[in-house]
Amino acid sequence: MAGNEQVSSQKSSMKLKLHVWRQQNAADAGRFEEYAAEGISPDMSFLEMLDVVNEGLITSGKSPIAFDHDCREGICGSCGLMINGIAHGPQGATTTCQLHMRSFADGDELWIEPWRARAFPIVRDLVVNRSALDRIVAKGGYVSVRTGSARDANEILVPKQQSDAAMDNAACIGCGACVAACPNASASLFTAAKITHLAVLPQGQPERYRRVVRMVEQMDAEGFGHCTNHRECEAVCPKGIRISSIAQMNRDYLRAALTKPEDKETSGGAG
Amino acid sequence: MELKSNAPDGPIETRWDRHRFSMKLVNPANKRKYKVIVVGTGLAGASASATLAELGYHVDAFCYQDSPRRAHSIAAQGGINAAKNYQNDGDSVYRLFYDTVKGGDFRARESNVYRLAQISVQIIDQCVAQGVPFAREYGGLLANRSFGGAQVSRTFYARGQTGQQLLLGAYQALEKMMDAGGVQMHPRCEMLDVIVIDGRARGIVTRSLVDGKLEVHMADAVCLATGGYGNVFYLSTNAKGCNVTATWRAHRRGALFANPCYTQIHPTCIPVKGDYQSKLTLMSESLRNDGRVWVPKRREDVGKKPGDIAEADRDYYLERMYPSFGNLAPRDIASRGAKTVCDEGRGVGPGGLGVYLDFADSIKRLGKAKIEERYGNLFEMYQRITDENPYEVPMRIYPAVHYTMGGLWVDYNLQSTIPGLFVLGEANFSDHGANRLGASALMQGLADGYFVIPATLGNYLASEAGGKLFDKRPDAAHPEAVKVRDEVAARLEKLLHSKNPKRTPASFHRELGKLVWDKCGMGRTRQGLEEALTRIPQLRDEFWETISVPGSGEELNQTLEHAGRVADFLEFAELLCKDALSREESCGGHFREEHQVESGPEKGEAKRNDEAFQYAAAWEWKGVGQEPALHKEPLVFDYVKPSQRSYK
Repeated sequence: MAGNEQVSSQKSSMKLKLHVWRQQNAADAGRFEEYAAEGISPDMSFLEMLDVVNEGLITSGKSPIAFDHDCREGICGSCGLMINGIAHGPQGATTTCQLHMRSFADGDELWIEPWRARAFPIVRDLVVNRSALDRIVAKGGYVSVRTGSARDANEILVPKQQSDAAMDNAACIGCGACVAACPNASASLFTAAKITHLAVLPQGQPERYRRVVRMVEQMDAEGFGHCTNHRECEAVCPKGIRISSIAQMNRDYLRAALTKPEDKETSGGAG
Repeated sequence: MELKSNAPDGPIETRWDRHRFSMKLVNPANKRKYKVIVVGTGLAGASASATLAELGYHVDAFCYQDSPRRAHSIAAQGGINAAKNYQNDGDSVYRLFYDTVKGGDFRARESNVYRLAQISVQIIDQCVAQGVPFAREYGGLLANRSFGGAQVSRTFYARGQTGQQLLLGAYQALEKMMDAGGVQMHPRCEMLDVIVIDGRARGIVTRSLVDGKLEVHMADAVCLATGGYGNVFYLSTNAKGCNVTATWRAHRRGALFANPCYTQIHPTCIPVKGDYQSKLTLMSESLRNDGRVWVPKRREDVGKKPGDIAEADRDYYLERMYPSFGNLAPRDIASRGAKTVCDEGRGVGPGGLGVYLDFADSIKRLGKAKIEERYGNLFEMYQRITDENPYEVPMRIYPAVHYTMGGLWVDYNLQSTIPGLFVLGEANFSDHGANRLGASALMQGLADGYFVIPATLGNYLASEAGGKLFDKRPDAAHPEAVKVRDEVAARLEKLLHSKNPKRTPASFHRELGKLVWDKCGMGRTRQGLEEALTRIPQLRDEFWETISVPGSGEELNQTLEHAGRVADFLEFAELLCKDALSREESCGGHFREEHQVESGPEKGEAKRNDEAFQYAAAWEWKGVGQEPALHKEPLVFDYVKPSQRSYK
């Protein structure tokens, strides 16, 4: 951020015009409604700006704008808004809660929408149901290890590079921005991140091919679209997960599909 | 009421083993007949749900978030302790036990702490087997870092996202068991009361946060893993939704609440910027491994740019005051150090409430790349929030509420004073005494969930009602269940229809939080606490008179959720201040300004009074505005002899 912008963000107060998607429940058609956000400090987070608007609405007995949020430090994955058509807003590699108003200018007009995808039905206003992502994980996004059955941790050697690659993928927060940004509403980046996290580790090998088949099938069953390499997901991912993970997923899926089912659970390693 | 800890005696090294052997087992064929409720899906709740389901019990799990993966354990940054001694630097189970008892300022139960230190080793094995990507050395072995309050390197970590990775491990195990049919998950579902029948916890009342439907769930045992009460201060490092409701409602139904005044103020958080602030952000304590904490020596220099203050004019006060631990002094001590220098007018940044955490020396010594590898994501987060580049100017930090050591009283089996009601993780009071050491919360949550509750819950189920609790499980139509459900409904109605609706839940929450922070925060006095105890009931009355909650109870209504939580904080805050007032000593996170060492090298440090206060204070609910009854569990130290805690 340039020096002169820092100066302008000192104590000035901003005013913005908001067009917010309001929808009572899943059955309601929904519409944009207009709000003025006044007395906004550039140091506020985007959600704190919405808090200010909501406090005004509650005080006047009106129903506040519903949105998901929790940790407000960019890690829980609860928040997620389309801001002027960009998932999580204009600043790259950032969740909505970590986006600050200094990224906008006084007088800006903002359109705020929920994630839009067939697999994410709207619950209310900006709140959507992302439980499809949980169901994908339930189909194999784990290593089966009964509590108490593990051997000493240092008996499993993992080269640092592999461990780092696993961590790069495990950093996914499950916010769903990848789905919202994708023209096909594909959950490929989300699914691939989990598959890759486990596929690069020795612990993930025994279930590697069973996992990829079951997770991809569940992703399809949930109504997510396919990946056609638009790379929009990568552009909005707050944790910087790369689409090379999707290539990894596709490679593993293909290998699993081309081998006999009984081999899927035993073959190890991939190209 | 006599508080029986049920902790075994004899040699501490074998207490847990002997206890496990003495416990009854549930017949494998019967396990599937039992239903267990687990509220909360953080480290403790998710690991408990997954493990209990693996054993064959039917588990109903609940969380208020839209997915169990979002519980606030996810935000823990720094790491998890384990007595592996992989670094060969002199660590052992006994040393972790010793450090934890001492770090807790001799206010924890020895048996529990020893068990925790023992189990720590298995936790790391379990998590690595799950594929948790802990940091590694080039040879493929696990890496460690050091953390506050310890002189050995025993902390395992996954960049600055250790909580996230551990929680995802537990969450994935939970999802696996959901797919296998062992766990029924209820997301966006908030527990609003406990149902106690014939003296046993038998169920809960929940509200669906999607459509407002109230539901009764019955079971053979109830486990609360609902976290701490730090949000009573409004501003804290907790997630916005964290609340005291589950434990407070259980308290009102007969579970004693222990040591609420033991609250942890974390020394390294980003300072407050403005009135609109909705939460505080932690900067991991691990930063103190390479950052040096300082303020200007002279007040006149506080307005200067840090770079313009000469080395000789800087006061590296932690290194000066605690030469052997330096910047790695435990959290309570580091926080009070910051308060002291800021109270002296030497604090930096807006409002003078901040100290520098400076990486210049480390960057010079190790290079920027190394610092970036260790803390890159934290530096980015800092820059995103403050718009300042910590590679170039020192970070500004200030203490903030982070964790609460107090919680529902539990015995060695994690059972509260209501039979059949178990409490896990931060929600209980048992292991950290008056102050928790860094990287020990994750350890405790997972120890309770993966290893302790699966053993002790089985003993309860096998012992009660001739091992046939499931035969006598009441259904949702039981008169007591209906009564509790009706009480919950009436309270929601009351929140929705106050006489003079004009103030928002957030405005009450802020006011309460500021009051509690001022009077029952880092420094507490009799006078201040008495002032708070006068004001809290007034504020509570104003709340019920003027709370404004638009909309209805039969829809997604976030204002109603918040109002209910604030209502419980308004009752809880009174107990917090009463406990702080009654504990006429200073220990760990509880610092009574009247009780400090007056002279000698430890001048100004917390002064315990072991003769009068070497007990856990467990409070019994007597009604709103009524004096709670105090029950004492004496603490016995057979192994670590209480001494003035010194980090000099």
